[in-house]
Amino acid sequence: MIRIEPRQNVSHLYAFFVPVLAAVAALGLAAIPLYAAGADISSAYVSMWKGAFGSAFAVSELLTRATPLILTGLAAAVAFKAKLWNIGAEGQLYVGALAAVAIGSGAINAPPAIMIPLVMLSGMLAGGLLMLVPTLMKTKLGADEVVTTLLLNFIILLFVQMMLEGPMKDPMGMGWPQSEPMSPEATLPKLFARMRVHWGLIIALGAALLLYIIMTRSVWGFEMRALGENVSAARHAGIPVTATYIKVGLISGAMAGLAGVSEVAGLKGYLTSDISPGFGYSGIVVAMLAGLSPIGVIVAAVFIAAVFVGADSMSRAMSVSNYIADLVVALSLLCVLISSVFVRYKIRFITPRLPKAAREKEI
Amino acid sequence: MTQQEGERTPLLSLQAITKRFGPLIANSDISLDLYSGEIIALLGENGAGKTTLMNILFGHYVADEGGIWVQSSEGTLEALEPGTPHAALASGIGMVHQHFTLAENLSALDNILLGTEPLLKPRWSRKAARTKLQALMAKSGLEVDLNQQVSKLAVGERQRVEILKALYRDARILVLDEPTAVLTPQESEGLFKTLELLAANGLGIIFISHKMAEVLSASDRVLVLRHGELVADLETSICDRNLLADLMVGHSVDVPTRDAATPGPATLMFRGVSAGTGREALSNVDFSLRSGEILGLAGVSGNGQGTLSKLLSGLEQPTSGAVELHGTPLSRNAAGVIKQGVARIPEDRHHDGIVGAMSVADNLVIEEIRSPAYSRFGMLRFGEIKKRAVEAIQAYDIRCPGPSARARLLSGGNIQKIVLARTLDQEPQVVLAAQPSRGLDVGATAEVHRRLIAARDRGAAVLVISEDLDELLRICDSIAVIHRGQISAPAPTETLDKQRLGLMMAGHPANKELAG
Repeated sequence: MIRIEPRQNVSHLYAFFVPVLAAVAALGLAAIPLYAAGADISSAYVSMWKGAFGSAFAVSELLTRATPLILTGLAAAVAFKAKLWNIGAEGQLYVGALAAVAIGSGAINAPPAIMIPLVMLSGMLAGGLLMLVPTLMKTKLGADEVVTTLLLNFIILLFVQMMLEGPMKDPMGMGWPQSEPMSPEATLPKLFARMRVHWGLIIALGAALLLYIIMTRSVWGFEMRALGENVSAARHAGIPVTATYIKVGLISGAMAGLAGVSEVAGLKGYLTSDISPGFGYSGIVVAMLAGLSPIGVIVAAVFIAAVFVGADSMSRAMSVSNYIADLVVALSLLCVLISSVFVRYKIRFITPRLPKAAREKEI
Repeated sequence: MTQQEGERTPLLSLQAITKRFGPLIANSDISLDLYSGEIIALLGENGAGKTTLMNILFGHYVADEGGIWVQSSEGTLEALEPGTPHAALASGIGMVHQHFTLAENLSALDNILLGTEPLLKPRWSRKAARTKLQALMAKSGLEVDLNQQVSKLAVGERQRVEILKALYRDARILVLDEPTAVLTPQESEGLFKTLELLAANGLGIIFISHKMAEVLSASDRVLVLRHGELVADLETSICDRNLLADLMVGHSVDVPTRDAATPGPATLMFRGVSAGTGREALSNVDFSLRSGEILGLAGVSGNGQGTLSKLLSGLEQPTSGAVELHGTPLSRNAAGVIKQGVARIPEDRHHDGIVGAMSVADNLVIEEIRSPAYSRFGMLRFGEIKKRAVEAIQAYDIRCPGPSARARLLSGGNIQKIVLARTLDQEPQVVLAAQPSRGLDVGATAEVHRRLIAARDRGAAVLVISEDLDELLRICDSIAVIHRGQISAPAPTETLDKQRLGLMMAGHPANKELAG
């Protein structure tokens, strides 16, 4: 007989290794669809590794891909820590990007020292304000933020498409639904010549560090953690519940908005409605893999980015569909969620044993 | 099995039950036999392992060692399959949980049939069920209006529905977990009369309790658990209070004594306060709390105590009237109320008192985290927080692995000490203590009482809301009764006793009782 019992104590070592094992398990399980696609499995893994880490160029691509994932991962991690379930990072990313191109594509002209902070700030503000709506609906009306943030994603995506087809369409864009390009002053510089990795990575790493300090060392972080762990005790102890949710919502939305800024101002140079291949949703996987730790988000984002970049390059080399990357990411989320059960509960196999006295009595 | 017991086959036999939760041994080698017609009291402090043992019996947990044997219809003992409530039900074990498991929106009859009759049966034979239940009610004296929706039944009636549900399933063994926790003294008496009647009809009954008075009056045999071990299995007739207390605690406990109060001026005033909705509503309440006095508020739970606590905690606002502290209106949020000098000891300390996943230190400073003592420029002062925690852990004897241990891992008594330390050390002018000793062992209870009396002696106005009349009579200077959202005028404790309070809790005016 199998029984599941809650664990009394979870050791830190165990809590650290379980997500790592989950990631390994997810990579292992990817062998099944690879086999089904007819690929040679060992060379598939080798080309996946080479695609992600095999050259300076590969690493640059990996870090380029990790940049938005760190930021959306932070968005999810901060919100989830306070049990504010922000599933809307995708939409917040898009409004962040939209605000960046609105400010940075010629509406204002100033030197980079002013333009770049301005563009970042406007994107963060847009993302934060967008997240403020579901946050207030939660605190004032009790509306479930999972539903409201998720649905807002579709509204925002359609809104962005409308803007790109209409008022913000680039007249020089040869009819493509895309925004005007960012001005050179508003563009984030590349980190290295001939590499795509850009200053957005440094900004993302800085944001992770800052959030780590806020979450672990500040009064705000204390209040956010208390709220996430036991909202009714937090309220009873005089912690301003609504104000804290609002802070969490603003910070979370701002991080996702910053991801949008970083993509248009650092990588693409202009906005299209397919600028994010689901970074907002992958950010949830990143945050869960990271155990909601801002520093862990960096590691998890690099892992997920490696899966995407590696699987991309592998699919080209092995001529299998690049959906394999999505599959591995989905598998890692499932593995993490399942493994979290193992962290919190232990599975016991029980063979009913009867004491000697009782057995004698039976006879 | 010893020979003299072997002559009669017990209804139920637990044999050498051991259950461990990690390093904690919740039950250690416990054996007990229950015979037909017998009422056993399972006595022990909180955390002694009573509920764990009954959960093993009912299949919620599986024992690590040992087994359970139940008398079959042929009169022989058969092993009970561990770990399935289904098997426990089928073999005639009925359990009445402390927190009732009834669907509020269904009638009493439907609640009894629910889960008893197969779900896919085309039509429940309500008529047959009703006839069977009528017979059971006549036999046991458990009167309930079967057609009434459960949400409209009083607590005592709901308990009767639970018992009827067990009887309807042909329970021969009835287990009741703290059955009197929610009842008035009069209702408790009624319950024990019913149990006697059921036992006389051949049932075996086990009830869990930590109240010695009811154990002495209502049981045939007492089993005392202490730290997971069965320390005594005695005929009730040879027991007395002192013996049971010593067995329960393992050593004698100093009960704090209270000198006569020297009440000062009224500190906290309720002026025509109405608040809350439904059963918990307060309507037009006037009363005052004087400094240097402990006022007890007796009452069956759900008569407005919750609303009163929330009002004083800053979590709810009066719909009319005003609450004033030293003549100024009470703040309308928790942080403001704390600043005004109101210490709140919440009723549900796990739910409202502590953030279990945070450390003992964090929980000790959570109310004052924004004060310059513990944070500067928005950043936490870890050194100061730790210093405070070490100091409080020592002063209040909080048993924990250290300041950074998660509060959840502590026992109820130590969690309560965290709440006491963080609230009372702010030198409050008003102390609200809701069910301050509920679920605590004798030692922790004495500590809580000592601290409340000390706060009074320092000049604080203390309001103790409790369902435990012994507690109120012991520590309060005067006692008022709350019933259906109304609060009676307080009377000096010396003029009151349990019977009179019990009647007042049930809604009888105090003077009527005096005349009768």
